[in-house]
Amino acid sequence: MAEDKRIDEVTGTATSGHEWDGIEELDTPMPRWWLWSLYATIIWGIVYVILYPAWPMIRSATEGTLGWSSRGQLEKELAAEAQRRAPIVNAIAATPIAELPARPQLMQAAIQGGGAAFRVHCVQCHGAGGAGVKKLYPNLTDDDWLWGGDLAAIHYTITNGIRNPDVKTTRISQMPAFGRDGILDARQIDDLVSHVRVISRQEKPSASSARGAALFSANCAVCHGAGGEGGRSVGAPKLTDAIWLYGGDRASLTATINQPRNGVMPHWGERLDPVTIKMLAAYVYSLGGGEKAPAPAAVAAAAPEGQGADGQP
Amino acid sequence: MDGVVLKAGGWLGLALLALVMAALAVDAPFAVHMGIVAVACLAVLWATVSRADFDGIARGILKMPADEGVYDDDPIRWGVIATIFWGAAGLIAGLYIALQLAYPALNLGFEYTTFGRLRPLHTSGVVFAFGGNALIATSFYVVQRTCRARLAFPGAARFVFWGYQLFLVLAATGYLMGVTEAREYAEPEWYVDLWLTIVWVVYFVVFVGTIVKRREPHIYVANWFYLSFIITIAMLHIVNNLSVPATIFGSKSYSAFAGVQDALTQWWYGHNAVAFFLTVPFLAMMYYFVPKQAERPIYSYRLSIIHFWSLIFLYIWAGPHHLHYTALPDWAQTLGMVFSVVLWMPSWGGMINGLMTLNGAWDKIRTDPIIRMMVIALAFYGMATFEGPMLSIKAVNSLSHYTEWTIAHVHAGALGWNGMITFAAVYYLVPRLWGRPRLYSLRMVNWHFWLATLGIVFYAASMWVAGIMQGLMWREYGADGYLVYSFAETVAAMHPMYLIRAAGGAMYLAGFVLLIVNVWATIAGKVREEKPMTETPYNAAADRPLAPVPAE
Repeated sequence: MAEDKRIDEVTGTATSGHEWDGIEELDTPMPRWWLWSLYATIIWGIVYVILYPAWPMIRSATEGTLGWSSRGQLEKELAAEAQRRAPIVNAIAATPIAELPARPQLMQAAIQGGGAAFRVHCVQCHGAGGAGVKKLYPNLTDDDWLWGGDLAAIHYTITNGIRNPDVKTTRISQMPAFGRDGILDARQIDDLVSHVRVISRQEKPSASSARGAALFSANCAVCHGAGGEGGRSVGAPKLTDAIWLYGGDRASLTATINQPRNGVMPHWGERLDPVTIKMLAAYVYSLGGGEKAPAPAAVAAAAPEGQGADGQP
Repeated sequence: MDGVVLKAGGWLGLALLALVMAALAVDAPFAVHMGIVAVACLAVLWATVSRADFDGIARGILKMPADEGVYDDDPIRWGVIATIFWGAAGLIAGLYIALQLAYPALNLGFEYTTFGRLRPLHTSGVVFAFGGNALIATSFYVVQRTCRARLAFPGAARFVFWGYQLFLVLAATGYLMGVTEAREYAEPEWYVDLWLTIVWVVYFVVFVGTIVKRREPHIYVANWFYLSFIITIAMLHIVNNLSVPATIFGSKSYSAFAGVQDALTQWWYGHNAVAFFLTVPFLAMMYYFVPKQAERPIYSYRLSIIHFWSLIFLYIWAGPHHLHYTALPDWAQTLGMVFSVVLWMPSWGGMINGLMTLNGAWDKIRTDPIIRMMVIALAFYGMATFEGPMLSIKAVNSLSHYTEWTIAHVHAGALGWNGMITFAAVYYLVPRLWGRPRLYSLRMVNWHFWLATLGIVFYAASMWVAGIMQGLMWREYGADGYLVYSFAETVAAMHPMYLIRAAGGAMYLAGFVLLIVNVWATIAGKVREEKPMTETPYNAAADRPLAPVPAE
C-alpha cells in the first residue's frame, strides 16, 4: 500500500496516508488543551516529588523538602487531639471510679468516651447497643448482673476479664458438667430441670420437681443459693427470674446442666489504658442497670446471700 | 496414520497421568481438578480420532493446506459464544452476591454458596471469562483484518481457545471448593497458573505470528494495544503468582513474597489487571470497531501514538495507590499517586480519539444504537479514568479507601466501559461472522442500551452515596473527640443503597438477556420485521418550487 494521503472532506483534515481494512487515520494535531493539561500534570508531578518523600536511594528514600511523613502526620494529629482532651482525661484519671457519679460533667464525658471505646472493642459480642446476643453473650442494658453491677464491680470485670486462665485476678468459677462427667444421670437432670422451672415459675410443682429440689440443695445451692437467687462472688446466675442467658426452656436447661458454657470475656487491663477502662465502666454502668455501690459491710461479706444479688442464668 | 496414533497416544498418556495425580491427591479439590483435566484430555483424544481423515490417510493424501484467501474465523465464533455464556454466568453471580450483601440469609449456610466463594466467581467470571474471551476473540478478528492475513498457526489458535476455557473451568470450580491463593483477581492456585502461562505464551505466538505474516506495511494501532496487553499480562501473571506448592499433589501453595512486599506485588498486579486487561485491549477494540461502525477515519494519528506510549509507560507504576496509608513506605505511595495523576491525560487520549472519530457521523448516535453503545462506553471510560486519578490522591483516598466508593468506581468502568464496548463489538461481529444480512433486531439493541445505561446509573449512584456515607460515618467524631458510630451501624445504614445497587444490577442483567435473545435469533437466521430506528421527515407540501409572486 503506497502512501496515499488525501484530504478528508467532512473535516478538511489530511489523512496519514495509511489504511487498514478500510480504516484511515486523520493527521489531526493533538488537541492543545489535552497537551497542556498533560504538561501541567507532569510539572505538578515534578514539584510534588521534590516536596514529598519520593526517590528511593541505596539506604533510604529522599525525604522531601517539606519533611512530611505519614507517620509524622498521624503523630501530630494524635498529639493535637490528646492535648485537646488532656484536661478531661487527666481529671478522670485523678478521680476514683466510685466518685465519678458525684461529678456529673466528668461522668458525662466518661460515658461519651466509654461509648466510643465500646463501639470499637465490645460490640462484637455485646452488640452495638449493648443488648448482647441471645444464647451467647449477656445483655448489659438490664439490671441483671452476673458479677455485680456497681461501678467498681464493672470496672473490675473489664480490667481482669472472666475466666482468663493466664490472669491471677480474673473472675473465675466453673460449673461442673453434671451430665457429661456422670455426676448426675439423665433422670436426675430431668428432675433438676423441673425444679429450676418451678422456682422460675414456668411450671407447676410436681413429683419430679420435688425430687429435683433435694438434688438442688445437694448440688447447686452452694453457688446458686438455697432458693436459686444466684451468687455474684462466683458469677452464678439468679434462677428465679425470667432472664436466661442460655435459654430457660427444658431443652436449653438440660443442655446447660449437662455441659455448661462457662463463658469467657477477655481482660482489657493490659490492652487499654486505665482511663479508657474507667470510661468503659461508666458507659456500661449508664446503659440502664447500674447499681449503687454496696455498703462496705456487704462488700466484706461478699457472700452469695447478698441482697439483690441476681445474675443471668 | 502414525501421526494420529502418536497424538492419540499422547492424549491418552496425559489423561492417565492426570488420573494418577488424582489418585495421589492429598486434598479432595485437587483430585476433582485432576479428574477434570483427565476428562479434558479424553475429549481431545476423542476429537483427534473421530475427526481424522482415515480415507485420506489410507490413500496417502496429505492434508490440504488451509485456504489463505479466507480469514480463519472458527475460533472467533466460538469465542463470541463463550463470551456470552460466561458473561451470563458472571452477571448472575454478581447479582446474587449483591443480594447477599443486602440479605445475608442468602449465603444459605452452605460453604459453597458463601459470599467469600461466590465473589471471585463473579469477578473472574466477568473480567477473565467474559472480558478475556471477548479480548481473545476480537484480537484474532482484528489482527487478521488489519494485517490482511489468515491467522498464523491455526492449531495453536484452537489450543488457545480451548485451553483458556479449561483454565476458566478449573478457576471457577476451584473457587467454589475453596481453593484460593487469596490474591485478589489472581485467586487460582499454582497448577492453574502454570496452565494459564502455557496458554498465554501460545496466544502470544499466534498473535505475533499473524503480525509477522501481515500483508500491510504498517501495524495498526489496535494491534499495538493488543500486543502490549498480551506481553504485560504474561509478565504480571508470572511475577504475582511466584509461589511454592506445599506438595505437587495438592492445591495449596505459599507466595514467594512476604509482608508488605507481597502486598505491593499483589497490587502492582491488581492495578495493572485493570490497566492491561480492562483498559489497553479494550481500547484496541475501540480502535477497530468504532471507526468501522462509524465509517469514519480515526481522529488523530499523532494522538494515538503519544497516548499509547504515555499510557503504557505510566500505568505500570500506579499500583501503590492501592496501599495509601499502610505499611508501604511513603516514597512508594508518593510515586503511585504521582504516576496515577499524570496518567489522567494519556487515558483521556483514548476517549478523545474514540469520540472525535464520530466527527462527521454524529447523527449516527441518534440512528444507530450500536454507535450509541460505543459512545456511552467511551463516556464511562472518560469518567472512570478521571475518577481513578482523583481517588489516588491521598487526601481523597483517606475518605474513599475501603468504602463502596471503590465499588462504584470499578463498576462505572466495568459495566459502562468494558461491558458496553464489548456488547457493541458482539453486535458488530455476529452478523458478519455468521453471514447474516443484519442483526435480528436493532430495536432490541436500543432496549439493551437503555436498560444497561439506567442500570449503571442506579448502580454507580447508589454506591457513590453508600461509599461517601460510609467513609464519613467511619471518621465522624463527636464534640468530645470520640467516634460516633460503630462499624455495624455503618453497615446497617447502607442497606437501602445495597437494594438500589441490586436493582441496577438486575436491569443490567435484563439488558444482557436481550443480547442473548438477539444473538441467538440472528445466528438462527431470523430477521425481525420492525420500524427502522429513524425516519427522515418528508413534507410533500413543501416539496415544490417557489412560484414567483407578482408585485402588488
